[in-house]
Parts: sequence; structure tokens; C-alpha cells
Amino acid sequence: MAEVGDVILSVCDLRTHFRGEEGIVKAVDGVSFDLRRGGVLGIVGESGSGKSVTNLSILRLIPDPPGRIVGGEILFHRQNLLSVTDAEMRKVRGNRISMIFQDPMTSLNPYLTVGRQLTEVLEEHFAASPADARRQSIDMLARVGIPEPENRIDQYPHQFSGGMRQRVMIAMALLCKPEILIADEPTTAVDVTIQAQILDLIGSLRRDLGTAVILVTHDLGVVAGMADEILVMYAGRVVERGTADDIFHRPSHPYTLGLLRSIPRLDTSESRLVPIRGTPPDLARLDAGCPFRPRCDFAEARCSESYPPTRTVGAATHEAACFVDPATAPTTTPRAEVEP
Amino acid sequence: MNARVTNGKPIVDNFDEIHGTSLWADAWRRLRKHKLAVAGGAFLGFVVVFCFLGPMVVGWVWGYTYESQNLAYGAQPPSFAHWFGTDFLGRDLMVRVMHGGRISLMVGVVATIVSLFIGVTYGAISGFAGGVTDNIMMRVVDVLYTLPYMFIVILLVVIFGRSIFMVFVGIGGVLWLTMARLVRGQVLSLKHRDYVEAARAIGVPNLTIIFRHLVPNAMGPIIVLSTLTIPSVMLQEAFLSFLGLGVQPPASSWGLLVAEGAQSMVFYPWLLVFPAAFLALTLLSLNFLGDGLRDALDPKTRKD
Amino acid sequence: MKTLVSVENLKMYFPVTKGLFIKRRVGTVRAVDDVSFTVEKGEILGLVGESGCGKSTTGRAILQLYRPTAGRVVFNGTELTRLKPKALVPFRRHFQIIFQDPYASLNPRMTVGSIVAEPLVTHERALRRRAREDRVKEILSLVGLSPRMIRRYPHEFSGGQRQRIGIARALALHPEFVVADEPVSALDVSVQAQILNLMMELREKLSLTILFIAHDLSVVKHMSDRVAVMYLGKIVEIAPFKALYASPRHPYTEALLSSVPIPDPRVEKSRDRVVLKGDVPSPLNPPSGCHFHTRCPIAEERCRIEAPALVQIGGSGTGHFAACHFAAE
Repeated sequence: MAEVGDVILSVCDLRTHFRGEEGIVKAVDGVSFDLRRGGVLGIVGESGSGKSVTNLSILRLIPDPPGRIVGGEILFHRQNLLSVTDAEMRKVRGNRISMIFQDPMTSLNPYLTVGRQLTEVLEEHFAASPADARRQSIDMLARVGIPEPENRIDQYPHQFSGGMRQRVMIAMALLCKPEILIADEPTTAVDVTIQAQILDLIGSLRRDLGTAVILVTHDLGVVAGMADEILVMYAGRVVERGTADDIFHRPSHPYTLGLLRSIPRLDTSESRLVPIRGTPPDLARLDAGCPFRPRCDFAEARCSESYPPTRTVGAATHEAACFVDPATAPTTTPRAEVEP
Repeated sequence: MNARVTNGKPIVDNFDEIHGTSLWADAWRRLRKHKLAVAGGAFLGFVVVFCFLGPMVVGWVWGYTYESQNLAYGAQPPSFAHWFGTDFLGRDLMVRVMHGGRISLMVGVVATIVSLFIGVTYGAISGFAGGVTDNIMMRVVDVLYTLPYMFIVILLVVIFGRSIFMVFVGIGGVLWLTMARLVRGQVLSLKHRDYVEAARAIGVPNLTIIFRHLVPNAMGPIIVLSTLTIPSVMLQEAFLSFLGLGVQPPASSWGLLVAEGAQSMVFYPWLLVFPAAFLALTLLSLNFLGDGLRDALDPKTRKD
Repeated sequence: MKTLVSVENLKMYFPVTKGLFIKRRVGTVRAVDDVSFTVEKGEILGLVGESGCGKSTTGRAILQLYRPTAGRVVFNGTELTRLKPKALVPFRRHFQIIFQDPYASLNPRMTVGSIVAEPLVTHERALRRRAREDRVKEILSLVGLSPRMIRRYPHEFSGGQRQRIGIARALALHPEFVVADEPVSALDVSVQAQILNLMMELREKLSLTILFIAHDLSVVKHMSDRVAVMYLGKIVEIAPFKALYASPRHPYTEALLSSVPIPDPRVEKSRDRVVLKGDVPSPLNPPSGCHFHTRCPIAEERCRIEAPALVQIGGSGTGHFAACHFAAE
């Protein structure tokens, strides 16, 4: 495995807000992390946790209005991406930082052949000659595991299956040999056997090319085997961060603990799952307190007064934003089953 | 709170029922935010009151009807006694605009309702049945579409004589085609939704599925199309009347009044200006309302 | 145990047609191709497979939402496949379906009360309005929703709550058999467990028999007594889950099991993963012989020619069937 190197992307206190019908939605509210060369950062969260918005913010792809990055810094090689011009940003986007999305169909143009879309990237960013661009594109398609790339390069996206389209997307994202690959739920729309192939592919690219990866997913299983560091997000904030081992073997935020207890595992037999009660919060109606407290088994009076500070657990790399440590604290609320 | 009382005893259970906001209520809330649509709606309300209650008030205050002639006062410009002036026969133009509006609005609304009933039923059945039935039903629509409808209307008028009824038949008989196509398209896209499948799994009869699950969910576009159909019908009625094929004097419609006024617009402009203004503003209002309704009912703008 | 549902040689083909006026048949999608299995009274049978393998179609064909092209579906002694649509209606109250997408499965124009009441309105016409409303409220509390919500609309609920409404509708008539078609895959992770637990509870309370369709093996494992694995319209392996997990006899099952990520970094690091090559072929033109041979790591010449039959492994009574030429090895 390639060595995990120095920090190339550093996100500090990022805040992205949206103006909604019912007020300001703080989709991302103070997210910070570092990404190292060749490292894989997993971001785990449910819909509305702000994990996707965080990544769109890094590439400055937030539609404005209604969205707006209202604070923080995104340092890419010590340069703040939030203060560069749009023209400079375009050079970074798709070239040095690439992104792949959940649904490949939305990011591939159905009216152009796959080859056309691939070579365009090279011709635009590197002024490659058409013949050269085509050769490089075929190489890249072969590398992501598309059979007969010489023939398939001239086909249209709809002639590819879901898994193959996802590979084409990855090929496109990797053509410029980006330093960072942001993969937003790259396997949610594909089947498990294809998911295994794609995760394998991302893993080998990181090994061979030293690409740093931000892997966004709602599936804890996916990050467990892939990520060096994991962020768990809830309601726009990072509630826990740590190595994969920290997160899975010593979960220190009640939400992380709840998630781990609520998913069935293939390799063990649990008689009954312990669900997290209630539903994710409405981001337009958050107060000063901890947004997880209505669903939390460890909630205390102080949880409604202020947002809990970040607390280091054991190793310096492991942090949780909670007043209590669920490993030692007693539960405060009896488990109620009926939803409001 | 809706505490209902049965046999003198309130049913405590119902005390706490929380009433939800239906999508209709939601759409209504959004519509009210649409300024042009509200203005259009308000103007339409005014026009309806003006046309349907106006003649009574005028008859009561000034004592004349749309037929009362006074040749001595022919073609007078607007005055205190005749706000909109009079025509060549000395008839009060305001009352004639009111009466003409009745006809115009009624032609618009009735023809649209007729097209609504035929079109929705036909389209929904065709779309739901699918297969061969759908194919045949839609080819029938295609064939009817190809007939030049103005020609049919003229033919009807020539054969059966000029009457307002024929105008209804002519216009309504053609308008439902568009409605049928729209509804069929909607039903085709809705009929494989899971809630329809659920109804089939329960064993709900087909007709009930069509009218309980499919048509209500296609209602948004249907309402929008209807709102936009009314002005086009009114315009066509005006066009037919302008050609002398529509409403017969002494009855009148805005189209007929405009036609008459146009003949003498250089010397007696008020004869053209008032009916034309009412016609134009009403059409505009209906279009604004239709636009507002489309925005309010469009599922894409709905947040789930 | 008594067999509640028996599926025999079920085939569900969809014609692919071209042409606007005169439709020509240009091909056939063999969504379900000669599938046989039984569901015993009181059990949960899991049906897994990847998208397009025909698992949902199988579920719907059993419920006669699609009329099968061939084969028999026998429910409690009645051959459903022979009944005319009208004659089928009274039987429908005994088998129901729970859908995947809680947003698409509820009519947005109806109140929760009328959605849940629809089965009662259809099948229990004698029921008075008041009594019907009481039944609806009772069912709503059964699925963990407040009966006060009866006059609200689906869009006012979260995904998990909507799924509860869908379950309430399916269970309103106390059916014996329920097809649950990926009931949690559209829900947030933290909510999935609520619904899975609810289904387990209801199964106990109402002694339900469930065909649990899913693509996620971990979920199927948690829910099911037995599991059937489908690939390209055919069942390739069917067994009690423990046996299936401990010794999968079909290479596809093995690959499927090893593809499921396990939320534990230590386990993940030490796993040997069988990563399949290539994609699922189109059901419009499935490979000859064993459908899986194009991706199979152990395929031989024979697999391309001869389709393997589903045979019992390890003697009678194990209940472990696999359709592979090398299953016994």
C-alpha cells in the first residue's frame, strides 16, 4: 500500500447554509478535516446529515441561491479554494479534484459517445491531440475494467449497464490523474457484486496512483474495509471522528453506537436489532442544543442547553462531540417504542 | 377540534385528531403567493359579479335593459347616465357588455366543462385499459384531430341554423380531444405507481382505481389545461361571432360587440374600447390564473 | 409444518414489442424462468438476488398482480393461477404486499385514514363507518403510529412512518401471507431497524407468513428462516440460512456472501473476497446452459451446454437445494 503522506486538503470550520421556505437550513455547520495524500477518508451519515453538501462545497458546486458557503476555509495545498476566482476553480475541478456521483446517468451526456466525453476532458485540460486523447482514454477504460475498450469507447452511455457506467464515470474522473477523488455514494445504485468490484477498483487506484479518496456513504460496511479515517456526521456536524478501529470498536458518540447496534451483520447472529428511535431532525428547526438528543438514550438536561464540545477519547485521533461517553454512562431514558 | 356528538355523548377519541394539510390546501397556499394569479382571480370575480348581477342593478337604478332602445340617444359617448355610452340604437353599452359577458363566460365555462367530462373519462379509460383498446381509442382521437374544426362548426351552423347551442357543440366536440390526450398521458405514467399496484393487490375494482387513485393525481394538469381552455373557447366564440356565425342579435357576446364596434371605431371608439377591454382583460386574467395554478400544482415545486 | 404457498414451474415472460400500430414481437424478457418453491405456514422465506434477477416479479406473480405466463401458484389449496380476475378478488384479502418505496406507495391525495381503510371498504362492505374508523385506529396503533394521525396526509410523514402506513394497509385485513418487496432498502439506516423489528413483532402477533424480498443479504439473514437465491430468473440455491452461510453450494451464492461488506474493519481486513468479473447478462438474451457460467470462477465446458437442475444436497431432509453441476463437490 502506498504510504499515507502529507496533508493536501484541509477543511476548517466549513459552514454551508441554504435559504429555505421555513428559514435558514444549516446543511453543513462547522465541519473540519484533513485529507492526506493516498489516504481514504470515509464520511458516514444519513440523508440530510450534510455529507454530500460538504463535498459539493469543496468543489464550490453549491447552487447559489439558495445555498451559500458562509464560513470556513478549504485549503488545497495551502491555497484557500473559497477565495480563488471561478476560472482558477475550473482548473482545479475535474482536474486536480474529481468527483463521482451516485447516479452515473446524471453526469454522463446521453447524446455523446463515451469516447467523446472522455477525450474532451483531456483536450480541454491538457491540450492533448485527438489521437493521443483517444489512446489515453482507451487505456483508462481498460484500467477500470471495461472489456473491449477499443470498441466500447464509441458507444453511448445507455449501451452500458449500471455498473459499467459507474466505471466510465470513474475513468472520466481519473483521466486527469487527480490528487483527490471524491466518491459520493459510488455504490448505492449498483448491486453488491458490482459494489465489490468498484470498491476493489477504488482501492487499487489509490494504491497505484496515490490518489487521496473521500468516500461518502450511508453504509457502514463500505467504509469499514476502506477508510483510514472516518467522520460520522449528523445534522450538518461531525459528531465523531477516528480511525476505522476507533469508530467500530470503541464508538463514543451515542449516534455512532446506535447506528452500529441497529444494522444487522452477516457474520454474527443478533436476535433483535436495537433501533435508534424517532426520525432524523428537520434542519430548519434546530435549536442551540444537541440535535440528536430527542433520539438519544443518554440525553441529559445540559444537552438541550448547548451543543456539546468535542472530547478526545483515548487516542488523540479519536474525538466525539458528546457530554457523555456511552461506553460508561448509564442510559437516562427508557426506550420508548411509539413514535410521536 | 372536531368533537362530534352522537347520542348526546361526545366521542372523546376524536378530540385529538390532528387534521393534516392536503396537497390541495398546500397548493392553495402557494397560489395565494402568486401576485398575478391573485390579481387575475380577483378581476375574474369582479367580472362575474359585474356581468351576472350588474344588469339587475342597472335596471333598478336607471331602469333599462340590454334591449331598451332610445333612438334619440343613439351613439352617445360615455356620460353619467350611460357610463360606457350608447350604441346606434341608443342601447346602453354597459348593460350590453354585461349581457355579452354572460354569454361569453358561459360559452367558455360550459364548453370547458363538457370537454372536461368527456376528455377525462375517455382519456383515463384509454390509458388505464392500455393495449389494443388504448390503441383504437387514441387512433379515433387522431382522426378527429385531423378534421378542420372551424369547417365543422361552420358546417353545423349552416345545417342547423345559427344558434348558441351549435357553438357549444362545435367547440366542445373538439376541445375534449386535447384533454383526452393529456389525461391519457398522465394515467399512463401514474398507473404503474406502487399505490395503484397496492389498490390492485387489495382487489379494488378498476373503475374505482381510475376515479379514486388516478384521476385525482392527474388533477393538477387537468385544472391548468381547463383554465387555459376557457380563454381559448371565449376567443373562438368571439371569432365565430365576429364572422357572424355565433350569437344572434339582439342577444350579444363580447365577440359580437367587438365586431360591431370595429365597424365604427374611428368615429365611435367607445363601442370598441369597452367590450374589447373586458374581453382582453378577462383572457389575460385567466391566463395569469392558469400560470399561477400550474406553479402551485406542479409536483416539482412541491417539497416532500 | 403445512405448506401455505406453493409455486410450481412459474414462468413470467414479458414480450418486447416494436412498432406503433401493429406491434411486432422482437424478443422476450424471461424475468422469471421456471421457478418452483414452497412457503411453509408461519415461516419467513427470504428471496435475494441482484436487480433484474426476477425476485420482485416472482413476488408479484404469486400475488397475481402479473398473470404468470406458465406454471401454478397454489395458495392454501386454491390454485390462484386458474381463477378469473373476478373470482380472485375475495382471495386477495388473504395475501398482501408491502412496497419498497414509501413515497410512491401511498396515494398523496388520500388521508392516512382512507388509505388504511381502503382494504376494509373493499372487502368488508357491511362494516359501518364508525366501526371501520375504529379498526383503522387499532391497526395504526398496532404498527406504532398514533391513531390521531388518521386525518393527515402521507407527505406529512417521514419515510419510516410512511412505511408503517404501508404496512398498516397491508395488514388491515389480517392476511395470512405477505410479500415484503424490499421494505427497508429505501429507508435511512437508523430507521431500517425500527421497521425490521416491527415486522418481526407483527409476524409473532398476527402469525404471518412472509416472503421477504431483498438485495441485502445481511437484512435477509436477520429476517428469514430460509433463503432462496435468484440469478437471472432462476433459483440457484435455496436452504435454511445457517446452512447457506456456512456452506454455500452455488458459486454465485458464495460470491454474493463474500461481496457483502461487514461493518467491522478487523473482519474486513482478514476476509478473502470472491470478486466476480463482469456484469449480469441481459435477461433478454441469457447465456446458454447454466446462466451463471459467464461469470463463474469454476465454470467448465459442460456448464455452457447443460443447465443444471435444482437438486437436494447432502441427502433428503436437509432442505438444502442448489442448481450447480459441482454442488456436491
